[in-house]
Amino acid sequence: MPRKLMKGNHASVYGAILAGCEAYYGYPITPASEIAESASTLFPKFGRIFLQAESEVAAINMVYGAAGCGQRVMTGSSGPGISLKQEGLSYCAGSALPCVVVDIMRGGPGLGNIGPEQSDYNQVVKGGGHGNYRNIVLAPNSAQEMCDLTMLAFELADKYRNPAFVLTDGVIGQMMEAVDLPEPVSEFPDKSDWAVKGTDETRHLINSIYLDHDDLEEWNRELERKYELIQKNEVLVEEYMMDDAEIVTIGYGSSSRVLRSAVDMARENGIKLGLFRPITLFPFPVDEIAKLPEAGIRGILTVEMSTGQLVDDVNLALKGRMISDLYSRLGGNVPSAVEILEKISELYGV
Amino acid sequence: METFLLPWRSLRRSPSFTGCDMEKKTVLRKPKGFIDVYKHKPGAEKDRTHYCPGCGHGILHKLIAEALEDFDLVEKTIVISPVGCSVFAYYYFHTGNLQVAHGRAPAVASAVSRANPDSVVISYQGDGDLAAIGGNNIIQAANRGENMVVFFVNNAIYGMTGGQMAPTTLAGQKTTTTPYGRNVKTDGYPIQVCELINTFTAPVYVTRTSLHDMPNIRKTRTAVRKAIMNAKEKKGFSFVEVLSMCPSGWKKDSLQSQQWIKEDMIPRFPLDVFRDISEDAEAVERPVPVMDPEEVKKIFGYSDFKAGTIQKNPEANFEKVFLRVSGFGGQGIMSTGIALANVGMEYDYNVSWLPSYGPEMRGGTANCSVKIQEDMIGASEVTEPNIIIAMNQPSLEKFEKIMVPGGALIYNSTLIDIEPSRNDVDIYPVPITGIADELGDTRVQSMVSVGAFAAITGLFDPEEIVRLMPSLFEGKPDKVLRMNEEAVRRGHNYVTENFSV
Amino acid sequence: MSESRKYPFPEIDSNICKGCKLCIAACPTNVLVISDKLNSKGFHFSEYIGEGCVGCGNCFYTCPEPSAVIVYLKDYVSEEVS
Repeated sequence: MPRKLMKGNHASVYGAILAGCEAYYGYPITPASEIAESASTLFPKFGRIFLQAESEVAAINMVYGAAGCGQRVMTGSSGPGISLKQEGLSYCAGSALPCVVVDIMRGGPGLGNIGPEQSDYNQVVKGGGHGNYRNIVLAPNSAQEMCDLTMLAFELADKYRNPAFVLTDGVIGQMMEAVDLPEPVSEFPDKSDWAVKGTDETRHLINSIYLDHDDLEEWNRELERKYELIQKNEVLVEEYMMDDAEIVTIGYGSSSRVLRSAVDMARENGIKLGLFRPITLFPFPVDEIAKLPEAGIRGILTVEMSTGQLVDDVNLALKGRMISDLYSRLGGNVPSAVEILEKISELYGV
Repeated sequence: METFLLPWRSLRRSPSFTGCDMEKKTVLRKPKGFIDVYKHKPGAEKDRTHYCPGCGHGILHKLIAEALEDFDLVEKTIVISPVGCSVFAYYYFHTGNLQVAHGRAPAVASAVSRANPDSVVISYQGDGDLAAIGGNNIIQAANRGENMVVFFVNNAIYGMTGGQMAPTTLAGQKTTTTPYGRNVKTDGYPIQVCELINTFTAPVYVTRTSLHDMPNIRKTRTAVRKAIMNAKEKKGFSFVEVLSMCPSGWKKDSLQSQQWIKEDMIPRFPLDVFRDISEDAEAVERPVPVMDPEEVKKIFGYSDFKAGTIQKNPEANFEKVFLRVSGFGGQGIMSTGIALANVGMEYDYNVSWLPSYGPEMRGGTANCSVKIQEDMIGASEVTEPNIIIAMNQPSLEKFEKIMVPGGALIYNSTLIDIEPSRNDVDIYPVPITGIADELGDTRVQSMVSVGAFAAITGLFDPEEIVRLMPSLFEGKPDKVLRMNEEAVRRGHNYVTENFSV
Repeated sequence: MSESRKYPFPEIDSNICKGCKLCIAACPTNVLVISDKLNSKGFHFSEYIGEGCVGCGNCFYTCPEPSAVIVYLKDYVSEEVS
């Protein structure tokens, strides 16, 4: 397989092109600008569309337009930009338009800073905009996954006609790693039964208005059924050293990379620490986490670069049978394996 | 090849022309640009519009639908309807339809037009939508010269939400949010959008017409047809502002409303063709996307990426590399790290490279973390390095402190004249900058470092690194490659000649 | 359409007409009037007095309702005839 050293941000753009993404609409924002820069370099080489939009809001609405025409389309941004895109994302979900959004999270709230954080979890995983909807959310933790999960995001977005996020932070975006480049996607779903392509047969309507209350309730029920289906079919997790683990750490994205190091260090010291990593944040691995208390686990520590957003979902999944502890770092600070082990020692007496 | 009753160029030469020779028609009836039965409209009344009596929207809708039928463009047209009274334009037009967010039609249309370059894309917007919440979107789409038509219905009020002030509400005009009349001192002046659009270079056709009487409806008809033909011929951005009655919002009857346009609106919004350069406009061209997998791989250069084929050295001095490279910005810190990660990848190691990031960036030194190992890599930030390359004194002071015992400390002895304080690590003073200068270019110090690293760790053969030069310095001239090759060898040799490794 | 009708003439759908009177104001020969009667929506609708239409199309183009007005022009051949 062809292998190339590249940043996570670039790998995501490679993945997009390999997945047949025809258009990129974006607005510069640190630390996601490299995605737009890389797209502006690469997309034209493939005759694909790159346009720097006038705003985050315009970018997501351009995505809405391209998606409505049946194109595989993508945008990238970071926290403040994602906040601005929420209305457009709600429209995409309401009109059942597939699209891919890469969010390279940074520190917030407000202007915050450009350091890595994971504090967009709630606004991305829970929907974020108005109305009842969910985004499909994939959380890569390596350059390879930035490529692979971007490709998967396009597949899932099309499969369910829903926005799909690639949610990660500046560490994964900036980090260079070897990426094995997969085969380009060669078959694409036929969207001619709903997409507007400017032909006689595709005079469809892309729309999220349902004036009649019963109609809108039914549409919401249909979306609800779709999200249940996604929950049932698409959960992805990675487990590391979980077979005999007595203490489990849970984290995603760059925190999960640190947790992997922490597990290695703990094991060297005879501590039976395991790592449970949700790869999909929606669908959240509810059933898998619910099983943890049965498996002889005596402590669960959720580690995130936000003040208890992921841990809420972990605890909902645990249904009160155990309660996960939380270790968080904020403001651009990434936890180190050593400090996580210190926390584990303090909490669980190992 | 599609043919038309009358191509635009010949239309323009006929002064009496109203857009189409109505004489050829034998009946005037609901044009085929409309859906026969308004199936998307809820409720029982699927044979009529939702518009109020005397509303200008219906008139403009009819002119558009008629043009689409006459020019045989109904099937290839896509209408974008954002929020406002025309939010339901999709009930009526027998075209592709996208209902979109408030103000965003020009942004959506920009993408729709690029996705379907052969389509006629129509953004149909009201004044609140276009000039208030969507102000930036219309400005930018105009400035980009998007191939689209904008129909801008200016009725000086928010109709759909019940008659609030619009950006085009006249001075003194009473609305539900200007109950004492629009006060220009606090609310500003009515925005003249055509005049604004006309300041941009890209638009090809900018005009303002009115629906206040029959002659002006016919002029509007001409403008509608010309703008649609421009989009058909991919001439770029056409903007048609139409002064239109809102009897309900204005609390006037239809005829009083027409009178009010004539007497009150037109003085502020003069009717004019502000610009018409459509005849000379070049057709907007859009590229054809490359989707064929083989072609995609070729463009990416897949055949050049064959990493992981070099045999590892079983005798290497290090099993795992946790490296921190540090120095001033401009000392090639990042490129040293990237080159080492690249070489490691060629040896089929797991590698990661992370630039100084976030709070690490404070303090003026650049640094990066590199990991090279057999196993999968956890954290990419190196917090406990077993090797450091310090290119300046602050870097040495900062990073020697966090080194693990038994590691290798490489420092740039050209610029650093103090001794490291650690005595539990192996210390390698290498005149990195000096060697580079001898080679004639300070910039090759990155590769001097790489050569020294290879010698100290025993992980990489300098000649293998030399063989990788074309991929490490993609697109650089031969001369640069040669100099960097020499830098690797000199860095390597300096270490082997001066230290026992 | 009855063949005895004299072309051109307008046909106004009294049920769809919203009685805005724009067509009446636009008619150059004043052959349209507002009816005393109300349609099912409660509008006084517009009516053709039965003669005097010159086929200018003003009523069609000024009418905001797509289906309310049809104007059969001088050369119209009705479907029944053709």
